[in-house]
Amino acid sequence: MHISEGVLSAPVLVTGALLAAGGIAVGLKKMDYEKIPEVAVLSSAFFVASLIHVPIGPSSVHLVLNGLLGVLLGWMAFPAILVALTLHAVLFQFGGLSSLGVNTVIMATPGVIAYYLFNLPIRKGNHLLSTLAGFGAGATGIALGAILVALSLISTGESFLGVAKLVLVAHLPVMVIEGIITGFCVIFLKKVKPEVLEVGK
Amino acid sequence: MHLEEFAEGSSFLHRLDPRVKFLAIIPYVLVIAIMHGQLGPFAALLASTLLTAVARLDMRKLLSRLVTVNVFVFLLWVFIPFSYPGETIFQIGPLTATREGILYALSITLKTNAIVLATIAILGTSEVFSLAHALIHLKVPDKLVHLFFFFYRYMTVLHEEYSRLKNAMLIRCFKAGTNMHTYRTYAYLVGMLIVRSYERSQRIYQAMLCRGFQGRFPVASHFRLRKGDVVFGLSMAVVTVMLAII
Repeated sequence: MHISEGVLSAPVLVTGALLAAGGIAVGLKKMDYEKIPEVAVLSSAFFVASLIHVPIGPSSVHLVLNGLLGVLLGWMAFPAILVALTLHAVLFQFGGLSSLGVNTVIMATPGVIAYYLFNLPIRKGNHLLSTLAGFGAGATGIALGAILVALSLISTGESFLGVAKLVLVAHLPVMVIEGIITGFCVIFLKKVKPEVLEVGK
Repeated sequence: MHLEEFAEGSSFLHRLDPRVKFLAIIPYVLVIAIMHGQLGPFAALLASTLLTAVARLDMRKLLSRLVTVNVFVFLLWVFIPFSYPGETIFQIGPLTATREGILYALSITLKTNAIVLATIAILGTSEVFSLAHALIHLKVPDKLVHLFFFFYRYMTVLHEEYSRLKNAMLIRCFKAGTNMHTYRTYAYLVGMLIVRSYERSQRIYQAMLCRGFQGRFPVASHFRLRKGDVVFGLSMAVVTVMLAII
């Protein structure tokens, strides 16, 4: 879920960079030195998890998990996603240096929103409520991300309307799958390692 | 997991000071990103191709990388020519392709490839850890650089954990399909990765405390600015200014 280099217009790139800088500043403030290994190694886990391809009918989608990342890390999702995207930009050139800000906002903002909406019900709720909240977090991450991608494209030019619509439609199945996986995953974490759900505080 | 595909080599670009690389590439990439028209992006693509030639990269790897990047660009070619207002060139059924639309899609394609090639040639030819070290010198917040350092250091470790878990699944005859069992299994796989990464991070932090971590990592090798670095930095600055003027 990121936009390549050379596509977006200057105002969109600048807005993205400024918003990202704000989010990263808040995230870094919350991240004390002793938290750095925690946040970093969790980010590595998410990076590896994003290599997993989940079958859906005849095709497959790869996991994004920005909703789950947000639920675990809160505002620290901003720096976590920034470092992952930087590595992508340097090593794989998916997304890139100039679109780093926009792409960070696209992926991290839904995560932070998912944190505020769903972290508490996941931690405090019963089995059913936690599962539903997990589903909500996973689905929100993808849905808002796709909306932000579409908005960035449309703000660049009206002619991107077709692509933007396609992005939204293509993410509908991903949204459901991420929701299901995040739902199961938070229950697993709650049973096995509830401390992980407290990292973002 | 072999990630630094282009970092091995001994070309002029491989030996440059990473600090200079960042100072050179960031304005270069930004100027290309905000370009309009076709002439500027075309000139930029030429300049970037020249850079990859200087870096003497493996052509096969480079091309396969370009193919992946251009998948998204291809998607734009399907839509943009038909939705950009302007002079009609040809029609397919109800769709009309405009001259302006095609030129716009061409401009984006040139820009994307120019930036990607430059990034591979300049940043891809350095080791990731030396790039991180350079960021400290360039006054990037140290928390951010430490985060990046640990993130990259433990990615390969976590990837090994992932392979182990996946093998365990395969040994038990796991077959992925479109069903709840598959999704639940993948969810637990992700959960287990998170648990292991969390536990490892606790051990890492304890090990850092044992070694008296004071918020800084000592490094054995230091950067030294050489004549080649200055020449490269200046020529990149000249090229960037020229591209900005076009």
